[in-house]
Amino acid sequence: MSAMIALLALPLAGALAAVATPRQGARIAGLVALASAVALALLIAQMTSAGSVRVAPGGWDAPLGIVLEADGLAVGFIALTVAVMAGVIAIAAPMRSLAAPFWPLAMLAWAALNAIFLSRDLFNLYVGLELLTLAAVALVAMGGDKALGAALRYLIFALTGSILYLAGVVLVYSAHGMLDIDLLAGTMPGRTDRMAMALMTVGLLIKTALFPFHVWLAPAHAAAPAPASAILSALVPKASFVILLRLWFEAMPDTANDRILSVLAVLGALAVVHGGAMALRQGRLKQIIAYSTVAQIGYLFLVFPLAGGDSAAQPWAAGAWTGTVFQALGHGLAKAAMFLCAGMWIIAVGSDRLEALRGLARALPMTAMAFAIAAITLMGLPPSGGFTAKYLMMTTAFASGQVVWGLVLLGGGLLAAAYLYRPMALLFTREMPDFTPVPRALQLVPLVLALLAVGMGILSDGVYTFVQIGRPGAAEEGL
Amino acid sequence: MTLYAVTGALLVALGLYGLIAARALLRRVVAFNVVGSGVFLMFGALGWHAGQADPVPQALIITGIVVALSASALAVGLVVAHARATGSQVLEDDAR
Repeated sequence: MSAMIALLALPLAGALAAVATPRQGARIAGLVALASAVALALLIAQMTSAGSVRVAPGGWDAPLGIVLEADGLAVGFIALTVAVMAGVIAIAAPMRSLAAPFWPLAMLAWAALNAIFLSRDLFNLYVGLELLTLAAVALVAMGGDKALGAALRYLIFALTGSILYLAGVVLVYSAHGMLDIDLLAGTMPGRTDRMAMALMTVGLLIKTALFPFHVWLAPAHAAAPAPASAILSALVPKASFVILLRLWFEAMPDTANDRILSVLAVLGALAVVHGGAMALRQGRLKQIIAYSTVAQIGYLFLVFPLAGGDSAAQPWAAGAWTGTVFQALGHGLAKAAMFLCAGMWIIAVGSDRLEALRGLARALPMTAMAFAIAAITLMGLPPSGGFTAKYLMMTTAFASGQVVWGLVLLGGGLLAAAYLYRPMALLFTREMPDFTPVPRALQLVPLVLALLAVGMGILSDGVYTFVQIGRPGAAEEGL
Repeated sequence: MTLYAVTGALLVALGLYGLIAARALLRRVVAFNVVGSGVFLMFGALGWHAGQADPVPQALIITGIVVALSASALAVGLVVAHARATGSQVLEDDAR
Protein backbone atom coordinates (compact mmCIF):
# COMPACT_ATOMS: atom_id res chain seq x y z
CA MET A 1 0.00 0.00 0.00
CA SER A 2 2.80 2.41 0.93
CA ALA A 3 4.42 1.76 -2.47
CA MET A 4 1.24 3.00 -4.15
CA ILE A 5 1.06 6.16 -2.03
CA ALA A 6 4.79 6.75 -2.70
CA LEU A 7 4.17 6.60 -6.46
CA LEU A 8 1.60 9.39 -6.07
CA ALA A 9 3.46 11.51 -3.54
CA LEU A 10 7.01 11.35 -4.96
CA PRO A 11 6.48 13.34 -8.18
CA LEU A 12 4.21 15.79 -6.36
CA ALA A 13 6.81 16.42 -3.65
CA GLY A 14 9.47 16.60 -6.36
CA ALA A 15 7.50 19.24 -8.24
CA LEU A 16 7.20 21.39 -5.10
CA ALA A 17 10.89 20.94 -4.30
CA ALA A 18 11.81 21.93 -7.85
CA VAL A 19 9.73 25.10 -7.55
CA ALA A 20 11.53 25.97 -4.32
CA THR A 21 15.02 25.25 -5.70
CA PRO A 22 14.85 25.92 -9.45
CA ARG A 23 18.51 25.10 -10.11
CA GLN A 24 18.21 21.59 -8.69
CA GLY A 25 15.26 20.60 -10.91
CA ALA A 26 17.08 17.96 -12.94
CA ARG A 27 18.66 16.38 -9.86
CA ILE A 28 15.33 16.24 -8.00
CA ALA A 29 13.62 14.68 -11.01
CA GLY A 30 16.36 12.07 -11.20
CA LEU A 31 15.86 11.16 -7.55
CA VAL A 32 12.09 10.96 -8.02
CA ALA A 33 12.61 8.61 -10.98
CA LEU A 34 14.90 6.33 -8.98
CA ALA A 35 12.60 6.21 -5.97
CA SER A 36 9.54 5.66 -8.21
CA ALA A 37 11.27 2.76 -9.93
CA VAL A 38 11.88 1.12 -6.54
CA ALA A 39 8.27 1.72 -5.44
CA LEU A 40 7.03 0.34 -8.76
CA ALA A 41 9.14 -2.81 -8.38
CA LEU A 42 7.75 -3.37 -4.86
CA LEU A 43 4.19 -2.84 -6.07
CA ILE A 44 4.62 -5.23 -8.99
CA ALA A 45 6.13 -7.87 -6.69
CA GLN A 46 3.20 -7.51 -4.31
CA MET A 47 0.65 -7.72 -7.14
CA THR A 48 2.11 -10.81 -8.80
CA SER A 49 1.60 -12.72 -5.55
CA ALA A 50 -1.57 -11.12 -4.16
CA GLY A 51 -3.44 -9.54 -7.08
CA SER A 52 -4.60 -5.94 -7.23
CA VAL A 53 -4.03 -3.66 -4.23
CA ARG A 54 -6.75 -1.37 -2.85
CA VAL A 55 -6.27 1.60 -0.56
CA ALA A 56 -8.85 3.87 1.07
CA PRO A 57 -6.69 6.82 2.14
CA GLY A 58 -7.38 8.09 5.65
CA GLY A 59 -9.51 5.07 6.36
CA TRP A 60 -12.49 6.60 4.51
CA ASP A 61 -13.95 3.96 2.27
CA ALA A 62 -16.28 4.63 -0.68
CA PRO A 63 -18.83 6.11 -1.19
CA LEU A 64 -17.66 9.01 1.00
CA GLY A 65 -13.91 8.42 0.67
CA ILE A 66 -11.85 8.14 -2.50
CA VAL A 67 -10.51 4.69 -3.23
CA LEU A 68 -7.22 4.06 -5.02
CA GLU A 69 -6.60 0.72 -6.68
CA ALA A 70 -3.50 -0.66 -8.34
CA ASP A 71 -4.70 -3.21 -10.91
CA GLY A 72 -2.85 -4.53 -13.95
CA LEU A 73 -4.13 -1.73 -16.18
CA ALA A 74 -3.09 1.03 -13.77
CA VAL A 75 0.32 -0.38 -12.98
CA GLY A 76 1.05 -1.15 -16.65
CA PHE A 77 0.60 2.55 -17.41
CA ILE A 78 2.49 3.64 -14.28
CA ALA A 79 5.41 1.50 -15.45
CA LEU A 80 5.22 3.12 -18.91
CA THR A 81 5.28 6.53 -17.22
CA VAL A 82 8.33 5.66 -15.12
CA ALA A 83 10.20 4.40 -18.20
CA VAL A 84 9.32 7.40 -20.38
CA MET A 85 9.99 9.93 -17.62
CA ALA A 86 13.36 8.36 -16.82
CA GLY A 87 14.31 8.63 -20.50
CA VAL A 88 13.07 12.22 -20.73
CA ILE A 89 14.97 13.22 -17.59
CA ALA A 90 18.20 11.66 -18.89
CA ILE A 91 17.92 13.57 -22.16
CA ALA A 92 16.64 16.86 -20.74
CA ALA A 93 19.10 17.18 -17.81
CA PRO A 94 22.10 18.25 -19.92
CA MET A 95 20.00 20.42 -22.29
CA ARG A 96 20.96 24.02 -21.59
CA SER A 97 18.21 25.42 -23.82
CA LEU A 98 15.53 24.04 -21.49
CA ALA A 99 14.24 26.59 -18.94
CA ALA A 100 13.95 25.73 -15.24
CA PRO A 101 10.10 25.49 -15.14
CA PHE A 102 10.33 22.33 -17.24
CA TRP A 103 11.15 20.25 -14.17
CA PRO A 104 8.24 21.09 -11.85
CA LEU A 105 5.84 20.93 -14.81
CA ALA A 106 7.08 17.50 -15.91
CA MET A 107 6.77 16.19 -12.35
CA LEU A 108 3.27 17.71 -11.93
CA ALA A 109 2.18 15.97 -15.12
CA TRP A 110 3.69 12.77 -13.75
CA ALA A 111 1.79 13.03 -10.45
CA ALA A 112 -1.45 13.73 -12.35
CA LEU A 113 -0.91 10.69 -14.61
CA ASN A 114 -0.35 8.37 -11.64
CA ALA A 115 -3.40 9.82 -9.87
CA ILE A 116 -5.57 9.14 -12.93
CA PHE A 117 -4.28 5.61 -13.38
CA LEU A 118 -4.91 4.70 -9.73
CA SER A 119 -8.13 6.56 -8.92
CA ARG A 120 -11.48 4.79 -8.67
CA ASP A 121 -13.60 7.94 -8.17
CA LEU A 122 -15.08 9.84 -11.11
CA PHE A 123 -14.65 13.28 -9.54
CA ASN A 124 -11.10 12.55 -8.42
CA LEU A 125 -10.42 11.56 -12.02
CA TYR A 126 -11.71 15.00 -13.08
CA VAL A 127 -9.25 16.73 -10.73
CA GLY A 128 -6.44 14.54 -12.09
CA LEU A 129 -7.43 15.37 -15.67
CA GLU A 130 -7.37 19.10 -14.98
CA LEU A 131 -4.01 18.95 -13.22
CA LEU A 132 -2.66 17.02 -16.20
CA THR A 133 -4.12 19.53 -18.66
CA LEU A 134 -2.65 22.55 -16.91
CA ALA A 135 0.81 20.98 -16.70
CA ALA A 136 0.66 19.75 -20.31
CA VAL A 137 -0.46 23.12 -21.71
CA ALA A 138 2.31 24.88 -19.82
CA LEU A 139 4.80 22.35 -21.22
CA VAL A 140 3.65 23.23 -24.75
CA ALA A 141 3.99 26.95 -23.97
CA MET A 142 7.66 26.31 -23.08
CA GLY A 143 8.27 26.08 -26.84
CA GLY A 144 8.53 29.91 -26.85
CA ASP A 145 6.48 32.66 -28.50
CA LYS A 146 5.70 30.53 -31.54
CA ALA A 147 4.18 27.84 -29.34
CA LEU A 148 1.73 30.16 -27.53
CA GLY A 149 -0.98 29.88 -30.18
CA ALA A 150 -0.75 26.09 -30.17
CA ALA A 151 -0.81 26.04 -26.37
CA LEU A 152 -3.92 28.25 -26.27
CA ARG A 153 -5.74 26.12 -28.82
CA TYR A 154 -4.84 23.03 -26.81
CA LEU A 155 -6.08 24.71 -23.61
CA ILE A 156 -9.43 25.69 -25.14
CA PHE A 157 -10.04 22.16 -26.42
CA ALA A 158 -8.89 20.55 -23.19
CA LEU A 159 -11.02 22.83 -20.98
CA THR A 160 -14.09 22.16 -23.14
CA GLY A 161 -13.37 18.45 -22.77
CA SER A 162 -13.02 18.54 -19.00
CA ILE A 163 -16.12 20.64 -18.43
CA LEU A 164 -18.19 18.20 -20.55
CA TYR A 165 -16.74 15.35 -18.53
CA LEU A 166 -17.68 17.16 -15.32
CA ALA A 167 -21.23 17.71 -16.56
CA GLY A 168 -21.49 13.94 -17.07
CA VAL A 169 -20.14 13.33 -13.55
CA VAL A 170 -22.87 15.63 -12.17
CA LEU A 171 -25.56 13.56 -13.89
CA VAL A 172 -24.06 10.32 -12.57
CA TYR A 173 -24.07 11.69 -9.02
CA SER A 174 -27.60 12.95 -9.23
CA ALA A 175 -28.83 9.57 -10.50
CA HIS A 176 -26.84 7.29 -8.19
CA GLY A 177 -25.59 9.44 -5.29
CA MET A 178 -22.09 7.95 -5.62
CA LEU A 179 -19.07 8.26 -7.86
CA ASP A 180 -17.01 5.19 -7.03
CA ILE A 181 -16.42 3.03 -10.11
CA ASP A 182 -16.89 -0.31 -8.33
CA LEU A 183 -20.05 0.80 -6.51
CA LEU A 184 -21.49 2.22 -9.76
CA ALA A 185 -20.86 -1.12 -11.46
CA GLY A 186 -23.25 -2.71 -8.97
CA THR A 187 -26.13 -0.25 -9.43
CA MET A 188 -29.19 -0.49 -11.65
CA PRO A 189 -28.84 1.67 -14.77
CA GLY A 190 -30.52 5.08 -14.31
CA ARG A 191 -32.55 7.04 -16.86
CA THR A 192 -29.84 9.67 -17.34
CA ASP A 193 -26.91 7.25 -17.57
CA ARG A 194 -26.74 7.30 -21.37
CA MET A 195 -26.66 11.09 -21.38
CA ALA A 196 -24.01 11.11 -18.65
CA MET A 197 -21.88 8.60 -20.54
CA ALA A 198 -22.26 10.61 -23.75
CA LEU A 199 -21.08 13.81 -22.05
CA MET A 200 -18.15 12.15 -20.30
CA THR A 201 -17.14 10.23 -23.43
CA VAL A 202 -17.18 13.26 -25.73
CA GLY A 203 -15.18 15.21 -23.16
CA LEU A 204 -12.60 12.45 -22.96
CA LEU A 205 -12.47 12.02 -26.75
CA ILE A 206 -11.50 15.69 -27.04
CA LYS A 207 -8.70 15.13 -24.54
CA THR A 208 -7.56 11.91 -26.18
CA ALA A 209 -7.49 13.78 -29.54
CA LEU A 210 -9.60 11.20 -31.37
CA PHE A 211 -10.62 12.23 -34.89
CA PRO A 212 -12.34 14.74 -35.43
CA PHE A 213 -11.15 16.34 -32.15
CA HIS A 214 -7.48 15.91 -33.07
CA VAL A 215 -6.81 19.32 -34.64
CA TRP A 216 -5.06 20.67 -31.54
CA LEU A 217 -2.66 17.77 -31.16
CA ALA A 218 -0.13 18.05 -33.98
CA PRO A 219 0.61 21.81 -33.62
CA ALA A 220 0.90 21.50 -29.83
CA HIS A 221 3.10 18.39 -29.81
CA ALA A 222 5.32 19.74 -32.59
CA ALA A 223 5.71 23.19 -30.97
CA ALA A 224 6.79 21.92 -27.54
CA PRO A 225 10.48 21.26 -26.76
CA ALA A 226 11.34 17.67 -27.75
CA PRO A 227 11.54 16.20 -24.20
CA ALA A 228 8.14 17.75 -23.45
CA SER A 229 6.73 16.36 -26.72
CA ALA A 230 7.80 12.90 -25.60
CA ILE A 231 5.71 13.28 -22.42
CA LEU A 232 2.79 14.82 -24.31
CA SER A 233 2.59 12.23 -27.07
CA ALA A 234 3.57 9.09 -25.19
CA LEU A 235 1.68 9.61 -21.96
CA VAL A 236 -0.91 12.42 -21.82
CA PRO A 237 -3.55 11.07 -24.27
CA LYS A 238 -3.30 7.65 -22.59
CA ALA A 239 -4.67 9.05 -19.32
CA SER A 240 -8.03 10.06 -20.78
CA PHE A 241 -8.13 6.79 -22.72
CA VAL A 242 -7.67 4.78 -19.51
CA ILE A 243 -10.67 6.64 -18.05
CA LEU A 244 -12.68 5.69 -21.14
CA LEU A 245 -11.74 2.03 -20.60
CA ARG A 246 -12.76 2.31 -16.94
CA LEU A 247 -16.12 3.90 -17.85
CA TRP A 248 -17.14 1.54 -20.64
CA PHE A 249 -15.73 -1.71 -19.25
CA GLU A 250 -15.95 -1.24 -15.48
CA ALA A 251 -18.33 1.50 -14.29
CA MET A 252 -21.26 1.33 -16.69
CA PRO A 253 -20.81 -1.42 -19.30
CA ASP A 254 -24.61 -1.82 -19.45
CA THR A 255 -25.12 1.57 -21.12
CA ALA A 256 -23.26 0.34 -24.20
CA ASN A 257 -25.01 -0.86 -27.31
CA ASP A 258 -23.52 -1.97 -30.61
CA ARG A 259 -24.28 1.29 -32.36
CA ILE A 260 -22.51 3.52 -29.82
CA LEU A 261 -19.49 1.23 -29.70
CA SER A 262 -19.30 1.08 -33.49
CA VAL A 263 -19.36 4.88 -33.72
CA LEU A 264 -16.28 5.01 -31.47
CA ALA A 265 -14.49 2.44 -33.63
CA VAL A 266 -15.46 4.25 -36.86
CA LEU A 267 -13.94 7.45 -35.47
CA GLY A 268 -10.87 5.40 -34.58
CA ALA A 269 -10.66 4.03 -38.12
CA LEU A 270 -10.99 7.54 -39.56
CA ALA A 271 -8.21 8.69 -37.22
CA VAL A 272 -5.94 5.91 -38.50
CA VAL A 273 -6.53 6.91 -42.12
CA HIS A 274 -6.50 10.68 -41.61
CA GLY A 275 -3.51 10.71 -39.24
CA GLY A 276 -1.55 8.50 -41.61
CA ALA A 277 -2.41 10.60 -44.66
CA MET A 278 -1.50 13.84 -42.86
CA ALA A 279 1.79 12.33 -41.62
CA LEU A 280 2.66 11.52 -45.25
CA ARG A 281 2.28 15.19 -46.22
CA GLN A 282 4.43 16.83 -43.53
CA GLY A 283 7.86 18.29 -44.21
CA ARG A 284 9.06 18.34 -40.61
CA LEU A 285 9.95 15.31 -38.56
CA LYS A 286 8.19 16.40 -35.36
CA GLN A 287 4.98 17.01 -37.34
CA ILE A 288 5.20 13.50 -38.84
CA ILE A 289 5.66 11.95 -35.39
CA ALA A 290 2.79 14.03 -34.00
CA TYR A 291 0.35 13.03 -36.78
CA SER A 292 1.46 9.46 -36.29
CA THR A 293 0.15 9.80 -32.72
CA VAL A 294 -3.27 10.78 -34.13
CA ALA A 295 -3.25 7.57 -36.20
CA GLN A 296 -1.95 5.31 -33.42
CA ILE A 297 -4.61 6.60 -31.00
CA GLY A 298 -7.21 5.55 -33.56
CA TYR A 299 -6.35 1.87 -33.13
CA LEU A 300 -7.17 2.06 -29.44
CA PHE A 301 -10.83 2.76 -30.16
CA LEU A 302 -11.33 -0.51 -32.01
CA VAL A 303 -11.47 -2.10 -28.55
CA PHE A 304 -15.02 -0.91 -27.99
CA PRO A 305 -16.85 -3.16 -30.48
CA LEU A 306 -14.19 -5.91 -30.19
CA ALA A 307 -14.37 -6.32 -26.41
CA GLY A 308 -17.51 -4.39 -25.36
CA GLY A 309 -21.27 -4.77 -25.76
CA ASP A 310 -22.27 -8.21 -27.04
CA SER A 311 -18.59 -9.20 -27.32
CA ALA A 312 -17.95 -8.62 -23.63
CA ALA A 313 -19.16 -12.06 -22.62
CA GLN A 314 -17.30 -13.80 -25.46
CA PRO A 315 -14.01 -15.65 -25.01
CA TRP A 316 -12.24 -13.22 -27.34
CA ALA A 317 -12.95 -10.09 -25.27
CA ALA A 318 -9.88 -10.60 -23.08
CA GLY A 319 -7.63 -10.78 -26.15
CA ALA A 320 -8.91 -7.58 -27.73
CA TRP A 321 -8.87 -5.68 -24.43
CA THR A 322 -5.30 -6.74 -23.66
CA GLY A 323 -4.22 -6.10 -27.26
CA THR A 324 -5.42 -2.52 -26.87
CA VAL A 325 -3.43 -2.09 -23.67
CA PHE A 326 -0.38 -3.48 -25.51
CA GLN A 327 -0.95 -0.97 -28.30
CA ALA A 328 -1.17 1.94 -25.84
CA LEU A 329 1.95 0.86 -23.92
CA GLY A 330 3.99 -0.03 -27.02
CA HIS A 331 3.07 3.22 -28.74
CA GLY A 332 4.05 5.16 -25.61
CA LEU A 333 7.54 3.66 -25.52
CA ALA A 334 8.12 3.92 -29.28
CA LYS A 335 6.76 7.45 -29.55
CA ALA A 336 8.89 8.69 -26.65
CA ALA A 337 11.95 7.16 -28.34
CA MET A 338 11.10 8.92 -31.61
CA PHE A 339 10.59 12.36 -30.08
CA LEU A 340 13.83 12.02 -28.09
CA CYS A 341 15.66 11.07 -31.33
CA ALA A 342 14.15 14.11 -33.00
CA GLY A 343 15.35 16.25 -30.10
CA MET A 344 18.90 15.01 -30.52
CA TRP A 345 18.85 15.54 -34.26
CA ILE A 346 17.68 19.10 -33.70
CA ILE A 347 20.69 19.60 -31.41
CA ALA A 348 22.96 17.95 -34.00
CA VAL A 349 21.85 19.75 -37.16
CA GLY A 350 19.73 22.63 -35.83
CA SER A 351 16.50 21.70 -37.63
CA ASP A 352 13.90 18.98 -37.93
CA ARG A 353 13.24 19.57 -41.63
CA LEU A 354 13.33 16.23 -43.43
CA GLU A 355 16.10 17.42 -45.77
CA ALA A 356 18.33 18.15 -42.76
CA LEU A 357 18.18 14.48 -41.69
CA ARG A 358 20.31 13.36 -44.66
CA GLY A 359 23.01 10.90 -43.62
CA LEU A 360 22.40 11.26 -39.88
CA ALA A 361 22.55 7.47 -39.50
CA ARG A 362 26.31 7.74 -40.08
CA ALA A 363 26.70 10.71 -37.77
CA LEU A 364 24.58 9.41 -34.87
CA PRO A 365 24.16 5.68 -35.58
CA MET A 366 22.55 4.73 -32.27
CA THR A 367 19.72 7.25 -32.61
CA ALA A 368 18.97 6.11 -36.15
CA MET A 369 18.90 2.54 -34.85
CA ALA A 370 16.51 3.59 -32.07
CA PHE A 371 14.23 5.34 -34.57
CA ALA A 372 14.15 2.28 -36.83
CA ILE A 373 13.37 -0.07 -33.93
CA ALA A 374 10.63 2.26 -32.68
CA ALA A 375 9.23 2.29 -36.23
CA ILE A 376 8.95 -1.52 -36.11
CA THR A 377 6.59 -1.22 -33.16
CA LEU A 378 4.51 1.52 -34.80
CA MET A 379 4.17 -0.53 -37.99
CA GLY A 380 3.20 -3.57 -35.90
CA LEU A 381 5.93 -5.89 -37.20
CA PRO A 382 7.13 -8.87 -35.12
CA PRO A 383 8.57 -9.26 -32.53
CA SER A 384 7.50 -5.88 -31.12
CA GLY A 385 4.81 -4.95 -28.61
CA GLY A 386 2.94 -3.32 -31.52
CA PHE A 387 2.84 -6.68 -33.27
CA THR A 388 1.43 -8.47 -30.22
CA ALA A 389 -1.19 -5.73 -29.97
CA LYS A 390 -2.27 -6.06 -33.57
CA TYR A 391 -2.12 -9.84 -33.45
CA LEU A 392 -4.43 -9.95 -30.44
CA MET A 393 -6.86 -7.41 -31.90
CA MET A 394 -6.80 -9.01 -35.34
CA THR A 395 -7.55 -12.53 -34.03
CA THR A 396 -10.53 -11.08 -32.20
CA ALA A 397 -11.70 -9.18 -35.25
CA PHE A 398 -11.71 -12.33 -37.38
CA ALA A 399 -13.00 -14.66 -34.67
CA SER A 400 -15.93 -12.36 -33.96
CA GLY A 401 -16.69 -11.77 -37.64
CA GLN A 402 -15.88 -8.03 -37.43
CA VAL A 403 -13.48 -8.29 -40.34
CA VAL A 404 -13.65 -4.59 -41.16
CA TRP A 405 -11.71 -3.64 -38.00
CA GLY A 406 -9.05 -6.17 -38.99
CA LEU A 407 -8.68 -4.38 -42.30
CA VAL A 408 -8.22 -1.06 -40.46
CA LEU A 409 -5.35 -2.63 -38.51
CA LEU A 410 -3.73 -3.90 -41.73
CA GLY A 411 -4.18 -0.67 -43.66
CA GLY A 412 -2.92 1.40 -40.74
CA GLY A 413 0.27 -0.68 -40.62
CA LEU A 414 0.89 -0.05 -44.32
CA LEU A 415 0.30 3.69 -43.89
CA ALA A 416 2.72 3.76 -40.95
CA ALA A 417 5.35 2.02 -43.08
CA ALA A 418 4.82 4.65 -45.79
CA TYR A 419 5.09 7.74 -43.60
CA LEU A 420 8.02 6.38 -41.57
CA TYR A 421 9.88 5.38 -44.75
CA ARG A 422 10.39 9.03 -45.73
CA PRO A 423 12.50 10.12 -42.74
CA MET A 424 14.25 6.75 -42.60
CA ALA A 425 15.29 6.82 -46.27
CA LEU A 426 16.93 10.21 -45.69
CA LEU A 427 18.58 9.11 -42.44
CA PHE A 428 20.27 6.18 -44.14
CA THR A 429 21.59 8.01 -47.25
CA ARG A 430 25.31 7.54 -47.80
CA GLU A 431 26.75 10.92 -47.00
CA MET A 432 28.33 12.58 -44.00
CA PRO A 433 26.48 15.72 -42.80
CA ASP A 434 27.95 18.62 -40.80
CA PHE A 435 26.76 18.13 -37.28
CA THR A 436 27.34 18.97 -33.63
CA PRO A 437 28.29 15.76 -31.82
CA VAL A 438 25.92 14.32 -29.19
CA PRO A 439 27.34 12.23 -26.29
CA ARG A 440 26.94 8.47 -26.75
CA ALA A 441 25.33 8.03 -23.35
CA LEU A 442 22.47 10.29 -24.52
CA GLN A 443 22.10 8.42 -27.80
CA LEU A 444 21.59 5.28 -25.76
CA VAL A 445 18.39 6.59 -24.08
CA PRO A 446 15.94 6.37 -27.02
CA LEU A 447 17.53 3.06 -27.98
CA VAL A 448 16.66 1.63 -24.56
CA LEU A 449 13.05 2.90 -24.85
CA ALA A 450 12.67 1.45 -28.35
CA LEU A 451 14.12 -1.87 -27.18
CA LEU A 452 11.65 -1.93 -24.27
CA ALA A 453 8.84 -1.70 -26.83
CA VAL A 454 10.31 -4.72 -28.62
CA GLY A 455 10.84 -6.45 -25.28
CA MET A 456 7.09 -6.15 -24.61
CA GLY A 457 6.55 -8.28 -27.69
CA ILE A 458 9.17 -10.87 -26.75
CA LEU A 459 7.96 -11.12 -23.15
CA SER A 460 4.32 -10.71 -24.16
CA ASP A 461 3.21 -13.71 -22.13
CA GLY A 462 4.27 -12.17 -18.81
CA VAL A 463 2.96 -8.71 -19.70
CA TYR A 464 -0.35 -10.25 -20.84
CA THR A 465 -0.87 -12.03 -17.53
CA PHE A 466 0.12 -8.94 -15.55
CA VAL A 467 -2.23 -6.43 -17.19
CA GLN A 468 -5.08 -8.91 -16.74
CA ILE A 469 -4.78 -8.58 -12.92
CA GLY A 470 -8.02 -7.15 -11.61
CA ARG A 471 -9.69 -6.97 -15.02
CA PRO A 472 -13.46 -7.43 -14.71
CA GLY A 473 -14.39 -10.75 -16.21
CA ALA A 474 -10.72 -11.73 -16.43
CA ALA A 475 -11.65 -15.27 -15.55
CA GLU A 476 -12.53 -15.92 -19.18
CA GLU A 477 -9.56 -17.14 -21.15
CA GLY A 478 -8.45 -15.25 -24.24
CA LEU A 479 -8.20 -16.92 -27.63
CA MET B 1 -34.81 23.61 -7.33
CA THR B 2 -35.80 22.68 -10.86
CA LEU B 3 -35.54 26.37 -11.72
CA TYR B 4 -31.90 26.46 -10.60
CA ALA B 5 -31.08 23.27 -12.46
CA VAL B 6 -32.69 24.55 -15.67
CA THR B 7 -30.85 27.86 -15.30
CA GLY B 8 -27.63 25.89 -14.89
CA ALA B 9 -28.33 23.88 -18.03
CA LEU B 10 -29.07 27.10 -19.97
CA LEU B 11 -25.78 28.61 -18.78
CA VAL B 12 -23.95 25.49 -19.97
CA ALA B 13 -25.54 25.81 -23.39
CA LEU B 14 -24.79 29.56 -23.62
CA GLY B 15 -21.20 29.06 -22.52
CA LEU B 16 -20.59 26.18 -24.91
CA TYR B 17 -21.88 28.33 -27.76
CA GLY B 18 -19.43 31.04 -26.72
CA LEU B 19 -16.54 28.59 -26.45
CA ILE B 20 -17.13 27.36 -29.98
CA ALA B 21 -18.30 30.52 -31.75
CA ALA B 22 -16.29 33.33 -30.14
CA ARG B 23 -12.98 34.22 -31.74
CA ALA B 24 -11.55 36.67 -29.22
CA LEU B 25 -9.54 34.59 -26.76
CA LEU B 26 -10.64 36.49 -23.69
CA ARG B 27 -14.29 35.88 -24.61
CA ARG B 28 -13.55 32.18 -24.82
CA VAL B 29 -12.04 32.23 -21.34
CA VAL B 30 -15.17 33.98 -20.05
CA ALA B 31 -17.34 31.46 -21.91
CA PHE B 32 -15.48 28.60 -20.20
CA ASN B 33 -16.29 30.19 -16.85
CA VAL B 34 -19.94 30.50 -17.81
CA VAL B 35 -20.09 26.78 -18.61
CA GLY B 36 -18.33 26.06 -15.33
CA SER B 37 -20.81 28.16 -13.33
CA GLY B 38 -23.67 26.41 -15.09
CA VAL B 39 -22.33 22.98 -14.21
CA PHE B 40 -21.80 23.99 -10.58
CA LEU B 41 -25.32 25.44 -10.36
CA MET B 42 -26.76 22.24 -11.80
CA PHE B 43 -24.71 20.18 -9.39
CA GLY B 44 -25.91 22.15 -6.40
CA ALA B 45 -29.54 22.04 -7.50
CA LEU B 46 -29.47 18.30 -8.23
CA GLY B 47 -27.95 17.69 -4.81
CA TRP B 48 -31.16 18.91 -3.13
CA HIS B 49 -33.19 15.94 -1.91
CA ALA B 50 -36.51 16.29 -0.09
CA GLY B 51 -35.79 19.65 1.52
CA GLN B 52 -32.23 18.72 2.49
CA ALA B 53 -28.97 19.76 0.89
CA ASP B 54 -26.53 16.92 0.18
CA PRO B 55 -23.09 18.02 1.44
CA VAL B 56 -21.10 15.96 -1.08
CA PRO B 57 -21.94 18.08 -4.15
CA GLN B 58 -21.09 21.20 -2.15
CA ALA B 59 -17.64 19.85 -1.32
CA LEU B 60 -17.12 18.86 -4.95
CA ILE B 61 -18.32 22.26 -6.22
CA ILE B 62 -15.78 24.05 -4.02
CA THR B 63 -13.03 21.82 -5.44
CA GLY B 64 -14.35 22.42 -8.94
CA ILE B 65 -14.31 26.19 -8.44
CA VAL B 66 -10.67 26.05 -7.33
CA VAL B 67 -9.78 23.95 -10.37
CA ALA B 68 -11.67 26.28 -12.74
CA LEU B 69 -9.96 29.29 -11.18
CA SER B 70 -6.48 27.82 -11.75
CA ALA B 71 -7.39 26.94 -15.32
CA SER B 72 -8.69 30.49 -15.92
CA ALA B 73 -5.50 31.97 -14.45
CA LEU B 74 -3.32 29.92 -16.78
CA ALA B 75 -5.59 30.78 -19.72
CA VAL B 76 -5.51 34.51 -19.04
CA GLY B 77 -1.73 34.36 -18.59
CA LEU B 78 -1.37 32.65 -21.96
CA VAL B 79 -3.76 35.11 -23.63
CA VAL B 80 -1.67 38.03 -22.37
CA ALA B 81 1.61 36.39 -23.46
CA HIS B 82 0.08 35.59 -26.84
CA ALA B 83 -1.15 39.18 -27.27
CA ARG B 84 2.31 40.53 -26.37
CA ALA B 85 4.06 38.18 -28.77
CA THR B 86 1.73 38.55 -31.75
CA GLY B 87 -0.18 41.77 -31.06
CA SER B 88 -3.39 39.84 -31.67
CA GLN B 89 -6.16 38.60 -29.40
CA VAL B 90 -7.35 35.96 -31.86
CA LEU B 91 -5.68 32.69 -32.79
CA GLU B 92 -3.94 32.87 -36.16
CA ASP B 93 -6.07 30.27 -37.97
CA ASP B 94 -9.26 31.86 -36.66
CA ALA B 95 -8.53 35.34 -38.04
CA ARG B 96 -10.64 35.68 -41.15
